[in-house]
Formats: sequence, structure tokens, C-alpha cells
Amino acid sequence: MLNRTPLYEAHVSLHGRMVPFAGWEMPLQFHGILAEARAVRTSSGLFDVSHMGRIWLTGPEAAALLDWVTTANVPALAVNVARYTLICTDEGGILDDGIIYRLGQDEYLLICNAANRDSVWRWLVQWRDERFTKVKLVDRTTEVAMIAFQGPGTLQAMERLAPGLAERLRPFRSAQAQVAGISAHVGRTGYTGEDGFEMMPAAGDAPALWRHLLETGAVPCGLGSRDVLRLEAGLLLHGSDMDKHTNPFEAGLDRFVFMDKESVCSGTLRQVIQREVHRKLTGFQMVERGVPRHGYPIVRDGTTVGHVTSGGYSPTLDSYIGLGYVSSELTPPGTSFAVDIRGKMVKAKAVALPFYSRRRN
Amino acid sequence: MHPVDRRYTKEHEWVLLERNGRALVGITAYAQEQLGDVVFLDLPKKGTRLEQTQKLGEIESVKAVSDIYTPLNGVVFQVNQELVEHPELVNEDPYGKGWMVRLSSVDAAELEKLLTAEQYEQFLSQLQ
Repeated sequence: MLNRTPLYEAHVSLHGRMVPFAGWEMPLQFHGILAEARAVRTSSGLFDVSHMGRIWLTGPEAAALLDWVTTANVPALAVNVARYTLICTDEGGILDDGIIYRLGQDEYLLICNAANRDSVWRWLVQWRDERFTKVKLVDRTTEVAMIAFQGPGTLQAMERLAPGLAERLRPFRSAQAQVAGISAHVGRTGYTGEDGFEMMPAAGDAPALWRHLLETGAVPCGLGSRDVLRLEAGLLLHGSDMDKHTNPFEAGLDRFVFMDKESVCSGTLRQVIQREVHRKLTGFQMVERGVPRHGYPIVRDGTTVGHVTSGGYSPTLDSYIGLGYVSSELTPPGTSFAVDIRGKMVKAKAVALPFYSRRRN
Repeated sequence: MHPVDRRYTKEHEWVLLERNGRALVGITAYAQEQLGDVVFLDLPKKGTRLEQTQKLGEIESVKAVSDIYTPLNGVVFQVNQELVEHPELVNEDPYGKGWMVRLSSVDAAELEKLLTAEQYEQFLSQLQ
């Protein structure tokens, strides 16, 4: 039996095409994946991301536990600041990626991927029991919903629904707020490469908040467009572009690793950084037409030099793009190779990430 | 809903007979709806001889790759180049600008064995 978010009925009534995803029944698309992606780039889109894990950590050792299992400098986070981070194994592999919100003096929220909610939970519990026994862990994934409101049009809409809030919230800041009269924790965060907000109302309030946001003209969006948008923005997907057999340096996530601390993975990561990284994640663009997909070999001079981890058509760039791991010497932009698309060698070249970045004021 | 001027297959292709033993081939509105946004087409070269139910090409949506089959024996006379450049036409106009290939040397009698618009409609209603 699949889980359903508090917005399930709303999706069905909007004719969302529901699919199983990481144990949840989620909308893949409403009107069309590409139209939804374009709406987010040009106006605004609305995503139900309630399937993602929401774990609360409270108590005097909450920061210490998070600092131990993630790569962030957690004690340096001020209240109402959010930070993208990696949760690593003791071998330095990426167990999951997520966002830490510091909600109060001794209160933190960790957002993790739906598919990894159980393994992240077990990892937190293991270290809580072993070293940080004063931390209280609560999984509130089903009690609290999460709605992502993304795109250049969100700013104006938010000004109507929550006057003054957007101005207070710089990127990666968060606040408890009233949006259209509904209480929610709101972060200036997202996974689309656009400006936007992620809101966490109580599960029971989610349908009303969703309705209010739709009334601003936002286009309902499914997981399909979310995947297109994050790829264009060069944002990695755990389980495709990285996993526990990948370390943060191979994945090009060096800037999210704070080295000057002791953590479950700090020893291993220090060793990793000493050694040479042999394979690295690269962005690439197809030079000839063809859709690169997860698992396709990347080939140079007749030899497989890596594999595609994500790929597809980019509506914003009108080209075919992808991510993949290749030998480190093949990552400089312009390096040419081919993608083996079901036996056909199709030309591609390495490009710098992100593929797309929004114009900032 | 489905044009009555042509014939259909259970694999959701359509064939429109033209003059001189030629015919246009495409996929149905139902097929494009199921596929979602089409982003790539791999179509055969001009002159390729195709036998009925043989693979005609591949169609890729954002999420998946599917095979397209030829509903009739024939020779590829023309490929819709505009469609190769703009695969979204399959979604926007599956029965018009979304045609994929023009076959020559088709046997009109063979066409009679395919589904009429009404029969195809009936077939679809059984699927749902």
C-alpha cells in the first residue's frame, strides 16, 4: 500500500497522473512535463513535496548530532538559517543529501529524500544512542506537509499572501509565518534553480494552502518537471547522480564539505582529499541529437570511460543534456566523447555546470 | 474523435491512404497522450523497405523510449523532417503535422484489414 500525501485528493481532482515513487503515490505530471517546467522558468509552479522526509532533532546535543552525521558546519548555523548538506557514511559515501533548518536554540529540522528516509532515520538513531543520548528525534513526515512554490512570479504572489515575508527572507533563510492566514514554516529554498519558497504547514492545512497558492495563477507541477528543472540547474539527484559508493569530491560537492571538524566521515574524507580523485561528475551536452539516459555508457576512442547518471531534454536550453561520471581528465568543458545510446554512438561534449542559471537582480 | 479518413492498429498507429499507393503513418492521439511530451524521434532512412509489424522507429518521451511499428508493408518514401526537428508536433497535432513517414508501394487491400476509427474507439474503451 502506497502512502498518500494530504494533497492526494487535490492532485486527483486536477487530473494529475499518479505514479508510485519511493513508496508514495505522487503526481508525475498534470498538463505536461515540459509545459510545467516552462511555467516555473517564466512564471510560477507549485509542487507537492510532502513525500520528502521531515525529521525533527531537539535538545542540547541536537547540533552536535547533526554536525557528526553531516558535512556542514552545523554549530555555525544561526536560528532561521537553512543549509544544503550531505549525510555521509563512515566510509565517506553519500547516504543522502538534504537541508538542515535551524528552527530554534536547540531545535533543528532535517529534510531528506523520501527513498532514504528509513536509512537516514536509522543512521541518526544509531549515533544518538551511541554518542548523543540527549537528542530527541521525531519523524513528522506525515504530520507536516511540504509545498514548493517556485519561479520568478512567486515573489509578487507571496507579497499578496504574506506581506513583507519575502523581503525578510533572503535565500536559505526561513521563518515561521502566516501565508494566506495559514501557519507554516517558510524557507527561501527549492530544487528548481529558480527563486522560490518551500512551505511546511500542518498536514490538515495543506489543501487550503495549496488552493490559495493555485489561485495566484501558479501551475500545478509533478515530479517529471521537478526532475527536468533540477537537472537544468545542475542539482544532483541522490540515487542517480550520487549514492553511498560516491564521495562528495567525486560528485563535485566540495563546497558543501566543511573539513575543519570531527565527524563520522571526516577522517575518511581527509584521506580521500589527499589521494587523487580518479573519476568525477561532469555535465555534458549532446552535440548530435539523442536522449542520454541513466546507465548509458560514455565512450571515448572506443573505450567506455564512464556512465550517464541523469539526462534528458532541456526545454529551457532546447538541447539534450546530462550528468555522468568520467575519468577526471575528461571533465574540462569542451572535451568531446560519445554517449552509447542503445548501441548508437552519439557525440557529446563536457560543459560547465550548471546548465542553466537564472538571472539575478 | 479519431479521424474517419484513416485506419488504426491496436499498437496505436494510424495509416492514411493517399494516391499512387502511398500512405502516411503516425501515432494516435491516445498514444501521444500516454507517452507524454515527445522529445526525440528515430525514424528510418528514405528507401528502407518495411514489412508489416516490423519496427519503424523509436519515439522518446521525457520519461521513456518506445518502439513504433509499421502497420503496412511498404518502402519509406519520405520522412517528416519537420517532426525530427520538432518532436513536440506529435503531441500538438498527432493526426496532422505529427505524421512520421510516407510509405510507397503499399497494398490498399491490406489496409482494409486494419481497424476503422469506430473499431479503434471501441478497442480503446475496452482498455480503460
